[in-house]
Amino acid sequence: MMKLLQAPWPWYVAGPLIGLMVPALLLIGGKSFGISSNLRHACAALVPSGIPLFEYDWRREGGWNLLCALGIVIGGLLASSVLLPDGYTVAISPATERDLHVLGLHDLSGLMPQELMGWAALASRRGWLTLGLGGFLVGFGSRWAGGCTSGHAISGLATFQLPSLIAVIGFFAGGLLMTHLILPLLF
Amino acid sequence: MTSQSTVASALTPAAHDSAGSTVLTQLLYVTAGALLGIVFVKSEVLTWYRIQEMFRFQSAHMYLVIASALAVAAIGIQVIQRLGCRALGGEAIALKPKARTPWGARYWMGGTVFGLGWGLLGACPGPIFALIGAGATSMSVALVSAMAGTWLYGAMESRLPQ
Repeated sequence: MMKLLQAPWPWYVAGPLIGLMVPALLLIGGKSFGISSNLRHACAALVPSGIPLFEYDWRREGGWNLLCALGIVIGGLLASSVLLPDGYTVAISPATERDLHVLGLHDLSGLMPQELMGWAALASRRGWLTLGLGGFLVGFGSRWAGGCTSGHAISGLATFQLPSLIAVIGFFAGGLLMTHLILPLLF
Repeated sequence: MTSQSTVASALTPAAHDSAGSTVLTQLLYVTAGALLGIVFVKSEVLTWYRIQEMFRFQSAHMYLVIASALAVAAIGIQVIQRLGCRALGGEAIALKPKARTPWGARYWMGGTVFGLGWGLLGACPGPIFALIGAGATSMSVALVSAMAGTWLYGAMESRLPQ
């Protein structure tokens, strides 16, 4: 039983469960699924600085979403403490493994490469690039585009919105550019 | 953007009394988030490795997760609309369309910037929260950086093409 719980879930379990978030949030309170808005709510709560984008009642507009984000943290904690085996390694394809070795990564265990994203990586240039620049671009880009993977690729495309399709094409264009052209130069 | 949201909340009067909702609905938001966090961990979509694999077209996993999520979300919305469902608090369910802009500049430019970050960090906002919960505490650096990115966007919004 424990073994079954600790095995990774296949796409046909995970995808539909993620998709159900959209109708669930609509039914709970008429809310649209979109997680990057929480970054805006956090700015509005902590450093509004008189910027129009952050001047609104974040408790009223974003309280529900911040609760969702809190839930995600709790879910991550529960799943990692109960549902992951010790010495967990993601079974990625051998081709990806080879490519990552070529990029100079040796330890591919855990949820993320420690050489790149652990606390100790912050002593290195590539650590700062990944966590610092990577995070920065995610925050800047998602607000510019008006949403991230959840808001555009799932909520937006599920309601057949052209702006979301354009944004998602941008997501992949940027990701492909980074993965294939920029990462080899950066690392 | 602020005026848009004001209009939206005016359309759903019951949605914004006091702090927004009852204790029950607040608990439901936390629970929905928690389930999502569990799914992010168990399906490995929150791992840097799976995102790399996706952008290298070396596995269908992420594509199938996204496609099936999208399909279920679309069906769910259709069902809600056909049945004319109301939210728990009795509010009508109104979908807010994303604003069209002349050349869609904000969508493709902002989208590409987001994609560059996604390819580097290997996590979008949801997984950032799930990873922090899962003990990858160094992701809090990414979270603060993402807030800084959001803030800087806000500061220069009027000068960026929309």
